[in-house]
Amino acid sequence: MNAATLEQDLDVAPVWKRLCDLDEIPRLGSRVVKSAAGDIAVFRNAGDEIFALHDKCPHKGGPLSQGIVHGTTVTCPLHSWKIDLGSGAAQAPDVGCTRRFKVKVEDGLVWLALG
Amino acid sequence: MKRSKLVLIGNGMAGVRTLEELLKIAPDMYDITVFGAEPHPNYNRILLSPVLAGEMTLQDIVLNELDWYRDNNIVLHTGRKISAIDRIKRKVIAEDGTAADYDRLLIATGSLPFILPIPGKDLPGVIAYRDIADTEAMIDAAARHKHAVVIGAGLLGLEAANGLALRGMDVTVVHLADWIMERQLDKSAADMLMQSLAAKGLKFRLGASTSELVAGESGRVCALKLKGGETLPADLVVMAAGIRPNVELAEKAGIHCNRGIVVNDTMQTFDPRIYAVGECANHRGTVYGLVAPLFEQAKVCANHLAMYGIGRYKGSVTSTKLKVTGIDVFSAGDFMGGDSVDEILLHDPAGGVYKKICVKDDKLVGAVMYGDTTDGAWYFQLLKDRQDIGEIRDHLMFGQSHIGDAGHAGQNKAVTMADTAEVCGCNGVCKGTIVKAIKEQGLFTLDDVRKHTKASSSCGSCTGLVEQILASTVGGAYQPAASKDKPVCGCTEHSHGDVRTAIRERKLLTIPDAMHALEWKTPNGCATCRPALNYYLISTWPHLAKDDPQSRFINERAHANIQKDGTYSVVPRMWGGLTTPDELRAIADVAEKYRIPTVKCTGGQRIDLLGAKKDDLPKIWADLGKAGMVSGHAYGKSLRTVKTCVGSEHCRFGTQRSMDMGVKLEKMLFGMWSPHKVKLAVSGCPRNCAESGIKDVGVIGVDSGYEIYVGGNGGIKTEVAEFLCKVKSDEEVKEYSGAFLQLYREEGFYLERTCHYLSRVGLDHVKKIVVEDATQRAALYERLLYALQDYEDPWAEANTKPAARREFEILEV
Repeated sequence: MNAATLEQDLDVAPVWKRLCDLDEIPRLGSRVVKSAAGDIAVFRNAGDEIFALHDKCPHKGGPLSQGIVHGTTVTCPLHSWKIDLGSGAAQAPDVGCTRRFKVKVEDGLVWLALG
Repeated sequence: MKRSKLVLIGNGMAGVRTLEELLKIAPDMYDITVFGAEPHPNYNRILLSPVLAGEMTLQDIVLNELDWYRDNNIVLHTGRKISAIDRIKRKVIAEDGTAADYDRLLIATGSLPFILPIPGKDLPGVIAYRDIADTEAMIDAAARHKHAVVIGAGLLGLEAANGLALRGMDVTVVHLADWIMERQLDKSAADMLMQSLAAKGLKFRLGASTSELVAGESGRVCALKLKGGETLPADLVVMAAGIRPNVELAEKAGIHCNRGIVVNDTMQTFDPRIYAVGECANHRGTVYGLVAPLFEQAKVCANHLAMYGIGRYKGSVTSTKLKVTGIDVFSAGDFMGGDSVDEILLHDPAGGVYKKICVKDDKLVGAVMYGDTTDGAWYFQLLKDRQDIGEIRDHLMFGQSHIGDAGHAGQNKAVTMADTAEVCGCNGVCKGTIVKAIKEQGLFTLDDVRKHTKASSSCGSCTGLVEQILASTVGGAYQPAASKDKPVCGCTEHSHGDVRTAIRERKLLTIPDAMHALEWKTPNGCATCRPALNYYLISTWPHLAKDDPQSRFINERAHANIQKDGTYSVVPRMWGGLTTPDELRAIADVAEKYRIPTVKCTGGQRIDLLGAKKDDLPKIWADLGKAGMVSGHAYGKSLRTVKTCVGSEHCRFGTQRSMDMGVKLEKMLFGMWSPHKVKLAVSGCPRNCAESGIKDVGVIGVDSGYEIYVGGNGGIKTEVAEFLCKVKSDEEVKEYSGAFLQLYREEGFYLERTCHYLSRVGLDHVKKIVVEDATQRAALYERLLYALQDYEDPWAEANTKPAARREFEILEV
């Protein structure tokens, strides 16, 4: 996926959906959200930042939600591709990108934007 | 903050590698300026030979394109030679007047070819072999002239001669010593090499020295005169008689030099603001002329430039490999023999194979090989690791494939493989793809190749082959990491051994504590080091260190095996492989109720329910739990199964109650986490129907008791277990096997199977502690039982604790 289509994805007016309490996502862990757009993986890193990606590795579709989270990266459980949580892009030398979704935390509640 | 200024003199492999290492760890610390005398960006000098031979082009060997300098905000001055260093004003000045201030200066001016002081040395057509300009001059000469003479039959000289011959020239090599490559080869290997080079058309004059180069009518060189009086026609003379460190600039600046710029273990010169790396540096009396040591120096130097202040360069052991297509030569270490050195020799002149390995005090100290260098990388590793080879001495000569760690499918000679031949069966990578990546991406290490091609990155069984391909492609630049000292991952400089020791001696109890104490470079590690740390903590401090689920691979977090489609497989425990109608009924019910698509028997005598959805797992476990079944740990780096044969309870040949013994062992070891998976088997007689010979611990019943075998493996590389001891009673089987497994749990490195652990520490070490020392054995056994006490079935736990349950619950919007 190139940068232009990514921007388009994010330009769609967001519809914010309440997901869960921040505490219901483990630190350095994730939860899976079922949505009309397919499974979405919502990650929480050590600094309590939240990220959301389509739950499919750009390599062979592995469930990223099941990977180990470190820094702002998740390692796919199937073949250890490293995916950047912020951009959805695979770490070099691998090439690929997974779709990202907007998320926010307000008053300890996690919100996910679907559009 | 104002950034410091770093200036690099010498835009070559050692200097630029130092910058790369520096940018990795401290990208924003310096404003960097680079001066290079050549008009090119950094290129791979060791691949000049393939360029000369016409196998590659100059563009192929560029390591850092101009974009790289721009992207990293490095100011690059090519074609500008520095003429002076002003150490008082901290400034370097180039010949054209360009100047740059520095706070830190890195000198990497490399080496200069040694030019024989003979009449005619300055004639047109007389060149050295050092850089792109020399290579281009040779290619040009080969197109227009006929006769070439190469002075010096070292590595470089022979590669030059071979390249010129391939380009159609009539080449004679003049060499002072009695045999070619006398520093890298013994006479036997050198003679064989010379014969095969002669068969390619090269001519040799050994024990010969040049007295004069003669000019022709055009003013260009036309002949070379030897001291004996013989005259050789020569339109091109290549001087490859050695190199010397390029220290002119440093000497002029008053920096202490002695056959090279003298540096300490941090690569610092006598001026603390100035560092030196590469072929211009003299470290502990040695100047290294091969690429691999330079990379080690670069790493250390970068660490100190970044002010991390850790890491010392302690010198390198080097190996030699000649890059002449179709000829295989390898040498490393001290191979000339001598007192108290045993030489093991294999010489087959007709078959074109020569191997000599030198052994001193049960350590490999040197090796020379010609014709078959398959095991070069392995010998080099043994040499660097200073590994005790006493136990494998009798088959050392026959190589690694004989010991069981070479390529798969019987393929263990990389050179003979076609480019289209598959090397890595897991990821479908062919030899040609690997060679292409090594050349085009400028790869030097196994890790690099794994990252870029995926070859040998899954099961690892083709590692030996990939190393061979790497070694034959980059030649002397290839340096296998000394396995024992290899860092756990990119997050740390510490090896597995260091980390284990620190956790034990400093009583570290959590992952953040361990990372802090050991100065981890990343905030919370990566998917490689976190599971290792978690294991080391809980195995070293049972009941004190808390298990961290987020640092476990998904299988151990979900207590089931993830499959390619994201579903899971569930294997309930069947102690010793025994089951009951009730259990089978419960399994059948679960399979129907949760629409399990595949039900299969495993190799370890269990039933596998494949294709379960993750959110069904806790319900499946609850149903199985009602029938009394618990987790089978088919997913963990832990005790997997104890496989048994029927034994004397039913079998007419059985001598021991193997099922019963198997159940006892499995109940004892339930919930045992280990460096890697652990499989056991108990057979009731030497017919060994439970296949005890290929298990981590294999027990074989005999009439008078039990034999215990350890370190077997039926996986990637079949390894036959080694005999540990013979015992009489069931209780002793438990104690001896338990003590062995506890020793492995305490000393093994994460992801090291028992067979690899044993080959690292040696069976004798294990026997001394587990068999010969009753006190230590009892203590180990007690520590194992203590670690395992109160272990709760993870399936039951996931159903009772809400936090554990959350892992399996899906959110909906």
